[in-house]
Amino acid sequence: MQEHKLTPKKEAAVAALASIAAIPGVKKPDPIVIADNVVRKFGGLTAVDVEHLEIQRGAITALIGPNGAGKTTFFNLLTGFDKPNSGNWTFNGIPLAGVAPHKVARLGMVRTFQLTKALFRLSVMDNMRLGAKNQIGEGILRALLPFTWKKEELQNTQRATELLSRFKLETKADDFAAALSGGQRKLLEMARALMVNPELVMLDEPMAGVNPALTQSLLGHIKDLREQGMTVLFVEHDMDMVRDISDWVIVMAQGKIVAEGPPESVMSDPAVIDAYLGAHHDQPLDQEEE
Amino acid sequence: MDWTFIFQQAISAGIGVNAIIFALAAIGLNMHFGYTGLLNFGQAGFLAVGAYTVAVLVVNFDVSIWLAFLAGIGSAVVLALLLGIPTLRLRADYLAIVTIATAEIIRQVARSVSLREYFGGSDGITGKFGKDFFDLNPFPNGLSLAFLRYTPNDLWVVVVGWALVVIFVFLTFLIMRSPWGRVIKAIREDEEAVRSLGKNVYFYKMQSLILGGVVGAFAGFVYAISRQSVQPDNYSTALTFFAYAVLILGGAARVLGPVAGSIIFWFLLVFVEQVLRQAVANDLIPNWLMTPNQVGQVRFMLVGLGLMLLMIYRPQGIFGDKKELALDARA
Amino acid sequence: MLLRRGLLTAGLLALTSMLLLAPSAALEPGSIGGQMTDEAGAPIAGVEFLITGPNELEAETQSDAAGNWAFKIESAGQYFVTINSESLPSGVGLTEPDKVTRSIVVFKLETAPPPVRFLTGPGPERTSNLDRAMQLTLDGLILGVTIGLAAVGLSLIFGTTGLTNFAHGELLTLGGMVTYFFNKLGLHLIPAALLALVFAVVVGGFLQDRYLWKPLRRRGTGLIAMLVVSIGLGLFIRYLFLYVFGGSKQQYLQYSGQAGWQIGPLSLTPKATIGILIGIGLIGLTIAWLLKSQMGKASRAVADNPSLAAASGIDVERVIMMVWILGAFLAGYGGIMMGLNQGVQFIMGSDVLLLIFAAVTLGGLGTAYGAIIGSLIVGLFIQLSTLFIPTELKYVGALVVLIVILLVRPQGIMGRRERVG
Repeated sequence: MQEHKLTPKKEAAVAALASIAAIPGVKKPDPIVIADNVVRKFGGLTAVDVEHLEIQRGAITALIGPNGAGKTTFFNLLTGFDKPNSGNWTFNGIPLAGVAPHKVARLGMVRTFQLTKALFRLSVMDNMRLGAKNQIGEGILRALLPFTWKKEELQNTQRATELLSRFKLETKADDFAAALSGGQRKLLEMARALMVNPELVMLDEPMAGVNPALTQSLLGHIKDLREQGMTVLFVEHDMDMVRDISDWVIVMAQGKIVAEGPPESVMSDPAVIDAYLGAHHDQPLDQEEE
Repeated sequence: MDWTFIFQQAISAGIGVNAIIFALAAIGLNMHFGYTGLLNFGQAGFLAVGAYTVAVLVVNFDVSIWLAFLAGIGSAVVLALLLGIPTLRLRADYLAIVTIATAEIIRQVARSVSLREYFGGSDGITGKFGKDFFDLNPFPNGLSLAFLRYTPNDLWVVVVGWALVVIFVFLTFLIMRSPWGRVIKAIREDEEAVRSLGKNVYFYKMQSLILGGVVGAFAGFVYAISRQSVQPDNYSTALTFFAYAVLILGGAARVLGPVAGSIIFWFLLVFVEQVLRQAVANDLIPNWLMTPNQVGQVRFMLVGLGLMLLMIYRPQGIFGDKKELALDARA
Repeated sequence: MLLRRGLLTAGLLALTSMLLLAPSAALEPGSIGGQMTDEAGAPIAGVEFLITGPNELEAETQSDAAGNWAFKIESAGQYFVTINSESLPSGVGLTEPDKVTRSIVVFKLETAPPPVRFLTGPGPERTSNLDRAMQLTLDGLILGVTIGLAAVGLSLIFGTTGLTNFAHGELLTLGGMVTYFFNKLGLHLIPAALLALVFAVVVGGFLQDRYLWKPLRRRGTGLIAMLVVSIGLGLFIRYLFLYVFGGSKQQYLQYSGQAGWQIGPLSLTPKATIGILIGIGLIGLTIAWLLKSQMGKASRAVADNPSLAAASGIDVERVIMMVWILGAFLAGYGGIMMGLNQGVQFIMGSDVLLLIFAAVTLGGLGTAYGAIIGSLIVGLFIQLSTLFIPTELKYVGALVVLIVILLVRPQGIMGRRERVG
């Protein structure tokens, strides 16, 4: 399978993580995100309680765990879409606690959503252009003077076209986003996130609801991101999906990090099997959703 | 039945002052509701603030009308900030409730006895506060073209009014095809997605609220100047609901939607009213079924019914195409 | 003509002063004046009067230590004396607080005109704030229960379907109006009200949901579109009522002029008492229904998470139908109660719609208990605020409070904190 082919970046990422002990909260050689004591409670229920977590730069890290483990909530907290009861975390050394989501995105930490948020009544191209950062024409006064932003708009359109063709959506550029299939919307959302020029791409269940044919292509795109020097953190509840593409796996259960390590070792970790079996006894480990 | 008269009346209404006022009010609503997805149910409040600022400053404080217009715009901006700061971070229906409540507050304060000396109570303010404006009138003879008759002042108001409509339509056109407009439309589709792409959604929504509110204030200016009076009960929630009917009739999120909507709305409203009046007068409709007094009530019933049916069967407006309807159903 | 009217006035004034038989200091010719005393006849000093008259006369004077006041006039003619009721000492009020101006006609400077009298006594201003507060609390409770009857339904409908129903006020009007209709046909009020409740349940609840909202939900109509539909519906129904019943306020044929009970400082009509007791009972039954019955529990499950409720075998549409029927029943009763206390009119429901919204929002959108608490707070606040602000602005006060509460506690006082912004 082509997934096992080693690329230079993959090699580098694996090498950098090779010497690390596979224990929850372990320190990484070059962390891009460091989180400490992040706690989020809903009523009496503790949804997230992460003591210490580091995300390695330039690697693909998978965040897995059974349904209700707090993965998406943790994602929301890191990106400012939800506020924790307590905790601190940094991105590239910049503290992010209490920072609004749009500012987090501007710093280079861009996320997607579990339920795709394609902007239906905008064209695919407009969806893409929207992603470009700091556009001149987004100011209300200069918006009225097209000559001030026309050139930038052309550049953004060009970049968007390139990305769209990479994601095989170029023929859809002028269609409404609502006209895309579910899988295509996932691709669009990922491509749109790239328009922001992120350093860290955070994908919330990128494979959910995507047909198997498209899944392979999605996995390929995720690996591509690493090749282009980006860091990827993605949420998935299906362990098999992550085996091939991730350099490091973090396992959450009941809000806590219960294990982390390279994919192979994590998959055989009894704590992980416990976490999964504890959550759904009826579901064998390697059974696929849907 | 005097059909000529009926059509003349209906056409006059379709191009008259009311059509201008509601076109402007709906252009503002289009910015809020059509493009940004903000549920502003207090557009009447923006009109009231515009109209009352001008009337109070000119009549009670002898301020120049031009300064009063500026102050009116300023008041609309302040109102938008007051409405937006607490609600734009919350779910959409909170804005709806707060705006409709605020518009009612404005109306009731304006008609209160305690503040009569400023706002004139339920009678409002009457007075020749448009003098500086009418002094600029370049049409000393008014207009008498076929059945259309305008006094000099009326003609001046109508000409300036439609000019304002054209200007605001053009501005809407320009701004909605800019990157700013793209962000605004994206917010209507999904706020969180826009946030995740690094845009300050709150800021954009506030700008939209202010912009649409200022256009509403201009509608208020036209209202006040054309009547040479302001009356609190003209600015009730019914005005806002009518503006919604106008907007949805012409098509929300279309540049020309509010204008087409307003012209058609007033044409139809007066057409139906005149037909009914004549039918009642000529005993085509028996008196036990409808008296002349009830014609106005039937008119309101039809507006309500029309708003319902439009929203159910043609939410994209009478000019919209099926393609968008399909999108609406999914959204 | 003028003379005759003048004579009449003078005569009336003379008559009044004779009838009162109050001793007063004799006025000198060429002046107008009088004596200010309290109920017990003790003089009041320092009361201010404004006198206007011929030749653009405008002057002020005030009463002396003996309560006497007088003003020298220069010519015959008609004079107006206006008392500044604010200058009366606390605890003293005019018996007719609206009549602060008297007219005096002086025919000849040489004859002394009759004294100008302003009677003081237990006018409305005499009621102590405590007594007023108690009465207002009672009024506030009645208003709160009326709002609450509508608010519970609005809140339940919002919770289960997401619809912000701008036509909910019309359900109140429906109850009140249909009762009036049957009442007018010759039915006694009580059977008329029962028939109206049946009508509200069938037309306002069952038929409305079955033939309007359910099909719209089926079509996948958006929440905002449904909200606009409800605005159109409300407008239509409101003016339909106006068309059918006319615009004036009507009273039911029975119990309209009922004498009130006086309990200490409180006055209360029997009809209001029975009305509110039934209202409280209905709200109590609703809460019990929500807590205990299978259907009530299901309705809360649907409100929490419709798809989960559907997945766990709850017939969501049936629950929504029940909620509509309940909502229409409660609001219909609220309308009957409103009609009983203040008459029926086509705008009676839409007039309180914003207050219902305020109550529901205050309690936290979508929670039935919150809506009840919110309604009581709104009702009490509206009535009690009149201790401090003019009565005509009492609704404004409530709406301002609504906005302030949204500012500090957007989820409402009873609502669960949810993710906002």
